[in-house]
Amino acid sequence: MAMHIVDRRLNPSSKSLENRQRFLRRAKALVQGAVKKASQDRDIKDVLEGGEVSIPLDGMNEPRFYREGGIRDRVLPGNVKFVEGDYLQRPQSKSGRSNDAGEGDGEDAFRFVLSRDEFVDMFLDDLELPDLSKRKLAEVENEGLRRAGYTTSGSPANISVSRTVRLAMARRVALQRPRPEAIAQLETELEHCSDERRPELLAEIERLKSKMRRIPFIDPIDIRYRRFENVPKPVAQAVMFCLMDVSGSMSEHMKDLAKRFYMLLYVFLTRRYRKVEIVFIRHTDRAEEVDEQTFFHGPASGGTLVSSALQAMHEIVQSRYRPADWNIYAAQASDGDNSYADGDLSGRLLKDMILPVTQFFAYLEVGESGSHPFEMSESSLWTLYQRLRAEGAPLSMRKVNDRSEIFPVFHDLFQRRQAKERVAP
Amino acid sequence: MTDRLYEGADWDFATLQRIHDACEEIAEKELGLSVYPNQIEVITAEQMLDAYSSVGMPLYYKHWSFGKQFAHQEASYRKGLMGLAYEIVINSSPCISYLMEENTATMQTLVIAHAAFGHNHFFKNNYLFKQWTDADGILDYLDFAKGYVAQCEEKHGRAAVEQTLDAAHALMSHGVDRYPGKKSLDLRAEEKRAKERRNHEETSFNDLWRTVPTGRTKSASLLSAERRRALLGLPQENLLYFLEKAAPRLQTWQRELLRIVRHISQYFYPQGQTKVMNEGTATYVHYRIMTRLHQTGQISDGNFLEFLQSHTNVVFQPNYDDRRFSGFNPYALGFAMMQDIEKIVTDPTDEDRAWFPDIAGKGDAMAVLRDIWANYRDESFVSQFLSPRLMRHMRMFHLHDDPAVSEGIRVDAIHDERGYRRVRRVLARQYDVGLIDANVEVVDVDLAGDRRLMLKHSVLNGALLNEADAKRVLQHLADLWSYDVSLAEVDASGLVLKEHVAHPRVMAAAA
Repeated sequence: MAMHIVDRRLNPSSKSLENRQRFLRRAKALVQGAVKKASQDRDIKDVLEGGEVSIPLDGMNEPRFYREGGIRDRVLPGNVKFVEGDYLQRPQSKSGRSNDAGEGDGEDAFRFVLSRDEFVDMFLDDLELPDLSKRKLAEVENEGLRRAGYTTSGSPANISVSRTVRLAMARRVALQRPRPEAIAQLETELEHCSDERRPELLAEIERLKSKMRRIPFIDPIDIRYRRFENVPKPVAQAVMFCLMDVSGSMSEHMKDLAKRFYMLLYVFLTRRYRKVEIVFIRHTDRAEEVDEQTFFHGPASGGTLVSSALQAMHEIVQSRYRPADWNIYAAQASDGDNSYADGDLSGRLLKDMILPVTQFFAYLEVGESGSHPFEMSESSLWTLYQRLRAEGAPLSMRKVNDRSEIFPVFHDLFQRRQAKERVAP
Repeated sequence: MTDRLYEGADWDFATLQRIHDACEEIAEKELGLSVYPNQIEVITAEQMLDAYSSVGMPLYYKHWSFGKQFAHQEASYRKGLMGLAYEIVINSSPCISYLMEENTATMQTLVIAHAAFGHNHFFKNNYLFKQWTDADGILDYLDFAKGYVAQCEEKHGRAAVEQTLDAAHALMSHGVDRYPGKKSLDLRAEEKRAKERRNHEETSFNDLWRTVPTGRTKSASLLSAERRRALLGLPQENLLYFLEKAAPRLQTWQRELLRIVRHISQYFYPQGQTKVMNEGTATYVHYRIMTRLHQTGQISDGNFLEFLQSHTNVVFQPNYDDRRFSGFNPYALGFAMMQDIEKIVTDPTDEDRAWFPDIAGKGDAMAVLRDIWANYRDESFVSQFLSPRLMRHMRMFHLHDDPAVSEGIRVDAIHDERGYRRVRRVLARQYDVGLIDANVEVVDVDLAGDRRLMLKHSVLNGALLNEADAKRVLQHLADLWSYDVSLAEVDASGLVLKEHVAHPRVMAAAA
């Protein structure tokens, strides 16, 4: 009978994409909630990674008529000890419903994996961020080379000796190539042996030697070359400095506000630049570069000298991020306290060292939730930065007291930034 | 000694052709199978995952629930919780089997033997499939359904279509005719009829008719209750059918959507009733074919061992107290029963002769098996052919769980002389489709009053409907009916145990 073979492998896959999008659209509110929750527990860099989210099934369930409880009869396999008339304990006290309840529980939370893009879309969508990804700068990209495994052909310069030798050894072991020691041993034996054994030994030695010739130490098929791949290399790269006052006056709430702002900035930058590095500098009256965990959660105490952080940032820029190669962004978060004597130094550092090399410097003054920004008296840092601005320094500054203000403030900052960019290309 | 079909694990399309031909030779000459023409489609793992979420069908209309399933399956697949099936086979003519490209040559041979011959023969010959499904028309019909749904979305908005489909899906398990009607389903004609209906509406549309005041119809109260029910075809257990025909305010396209969901539900109806037999048949067939291929030297010892490993995994049956236990494995039970029947026919014991006088010692195992495959479903198959030997071998026992008995769950029968018949009867009932789904039917409509639709759930063994889900389904039902709907759960003595009522929401389609 006629039989057809059809090769469907080249058909477009992800036929389910449309259905998946419908599902996400339907579950939008729930998924967004889950994304928000997931992003809270994440580090700034991981916020974009996508990943598993779990949503309650309410509203997403597909109900059916099904029964539960009642008298149940079942036949099961694998009886070893029961005879007719035995009684088994019911699992738990629930009257034989454990099975149904168990299935129900499994359905309650629905887990699935969001791709990176879906995750970011949900994340940004929740914040009603304008579609930033479309506002890309024209980026020039260079081709770069990257190691990409091994290949059987290539230029001699790229021979991978260790891989070749390893393969050769595996082949020699597999084909049982005689070891030179074995032959040497037979030859010593030959020198001392009796006459009748001699031909036998000679034959054996000859056999081993010919086998050794047939199975070369290194065969052309063993040779492996290192393979390289062309990868686009981003020229545009950015570094993001997170400066934060961690003195005792900064509460957890304030740090959380700062973290959210940094997160947004990071998301924004990664949409614009292929490579974004983050440097965390925390300061009290001394500044230090720390990792993210320490930055947000490490304990610290002491006075407040903003200039120490600016100095530290300046040194790091000098040593690691040449302004010619890097786009430098900085965001400073503080409650506004600064030692009075430090004002001048901070102002000078900022104006002469930092602002000339940064693309963008934002100062975020965080306050306790509930306090109204206009009722607060101007802090010393705020006054200082305001004076600098009045002198024409390209500096953005905002006050934030509540989570809900983070995004509007962020959005606002970027509006201004865009305008400036157009004026001075 | 014949030539090997392939060496090692690699295969190409020529290999597949050779494998198919070799399997066909054995299937036709030795096993006497009769199959639909085969179409073998090679797909990637990703495509297999795609196929999963649309119940294995190659095309399907769009709906979010398939996306949900896909998201879920993708997550568990990526985490490694779930392997992919080696194959999916579609009851259509030609019979389509999907083969994953990752499979080794041995796996492809196994899949071809299993799906392209085992399942295929079963689809073509089993009476349930013959009666209920139209293998020739299904793919065209799905194509029509897909197009129709898309068209409706364009015309009436996605929300309205989604709402109707959601409601229809909730009633899907109650959208089948359980007893054969006057004629079997012809899906191609169905598609044509749908088109004609639409054309008729378009050509005969006359705005006058819509606005002409209809004369007072005979007061409904004049009709006797009996006559009213008869006119509406009540009681009716096919809820989707009833709504399609009788729901007063549905648009034509909504009725058509209900019809589509109902037809698809009906198409899958036999598969739910023949899991054990279908998988048993396919497994038995692949086992026979693979063994013969090995005996004739067409596959090597190594490849045969590879096959045996997969085979034993497939027919593995964990015991009831095993962590992996989740009911009877239809492959295991089905295959064991087929082998057992083979033994009864060819080499019966005295017990076999006493239990199965009709087939014991008849000699031609394939003839007996082919007859069984054609004329039984799981319930009747188990109740007639499960032998004491197999019950002993699988150590089956029967548990009776009556919540009213405080001592616990009673072991009612085990695999002994006193218990065989009872164990067999209870196991067969586990596969009885009449007992698997709740028995819900439309019993009446209050035409004189508020047009309330009345349904009845005939409660069996005190098992009530899950309340939360029943409420949701009822809500969907009320939305379609567009007046109140009530559901009474009634036990055998006529006592009402519980009552649910739902009021319709405004459907997006009303706009």
